Amino acid sequence: MAQSIAKEFTKGLWAELPPFKLVLGLCPVLAVTQSVENGIGMGLATTFVLICSNFLVSLLRNIIPAKVRIACYIVIIATFVTIVELLMQAYVYELFLKLGIFIPLIVVNCLVLGRSEAFAGKNAPHMAIADGLGMGIGFTLSLGALGAVRESLGAGTILGTPLFGPDFQPFTFMVQAPGAFVCLGLMLCMMNLIGKK
Amino acid sequence: MTDFFVLAISCIFVNNILLAQFLGNCPFLGTSKKMETAVGMSMAVVFVLVMAGIITWMTDTYLLKPLNIEFLRTLSFILVIASLVQFVEMFLKKSIPGLYAGLGIFLPLITTNCAVMGACLINIKEEYTFLQAVVASFTYAIGFGLALVLFAGLRERINIARVPQPLQDTSLGLVTAGIIALSFYAFKGMV
Repeated sequence: MAQSIAKEFTKGLWAELPPFKLVLGLCPVLAVTQSVENGIGMGLATTFVLICSNFLVSLLRNIIPAKVRIACYIVIIATFVTIVELLMQAYVYELFLKLGIFIPLIVVNCLVLGRSEAFAGKNAPHMAIADGLGMGIGFTLSLGALGAVRESLGAGTILGTPLFGPDFQPFTFMVQAPGAFVCLGLMLCMMNLIGKK
Repeated sequence: MTDFFVLAISCIFVNNILLAQFLGNCPFLGTSKKMETAVGMSMAVVFVLVMAGIITWMTDTYLLKPLNIEFLRTLSFILVIASLVQFVEMFLKKSIPGLYAGLGIFLPLITTNCAVMGACLINIKEEYTFLQAVVASFTYAIGFGLALVLFAGLRERINIARVPQPLQDTSLGLVTAGIIALSFYAFKGMV
């Protein structure tokens, strides 16, 4: 029992690491990772929605009729996204402004809907929570890592602390839109290299 | 009139929804392996985005704002879009079967396409008037189609090339997208 929960939890951390292995939920991955702070903030918001929606979907899995399940999942997800939106507005207003429309867009993040459809709709609540937590943490770490690469190269800082001294010429390409695609592509390539061995 | 022209150029090129705003990237990578699917997806997006733009703008202006329940925006927009997609699907199936066959599987996918929801939210955030919202929705969709078709063309060509194994598929796709995004960056100074 405990073993299978652990298995559902850890698969999100490497074997099915969301943005890289499943290639789901790419929009926030590309859009908000100019800095570590933004990336992790976005990751945590998504994790919260993922865990709550997974839990509720799993609880209601025998009640929701199969034909309208997608619509039901979306309503459940949208409810939690609204909660996150209001919470962030109240407690971390600056981060909320920086992440902008990507907070409401968690609703259409295919990772969240994908987990409801592929996992939570078929499994018991405690397994669904483990799955949501693992996927969420994997997602947060990926966003943080991508944010770290882009922030350190593009602005020469990590979490706002300068890294390279005053002579550093920022590689601004990295924090701009094209850099996001190239950087994610190269990181995916590296993951493939490591995974192969 | 010039205002609308500037808005259109800005939505298609400068603020391209895929390459500059990072919206709708999942279908961008998912449906770009073949030219046919890319064209199908682009057409479906143009169709739905314009209608969704109009209806969500009306929902926001005539329903949410007067009742002071803007916090329900996310929930109501996604419901509007989901039911719109369902409705369009039923309507096309009955009355224009040719178009339905063409758009086919891409229609249901659009519900979770963040380009649609994103463009609707941008319309509200920028406080566009009704006409501006219509123009913006349409040109965002055109920009989406343009980028997607360009990308699909490149990907079809790359598929025949010999690529080192770890770079294959999505990885090289993302780098290619980065280079297209770089070329769109040249429009930055225009508006």
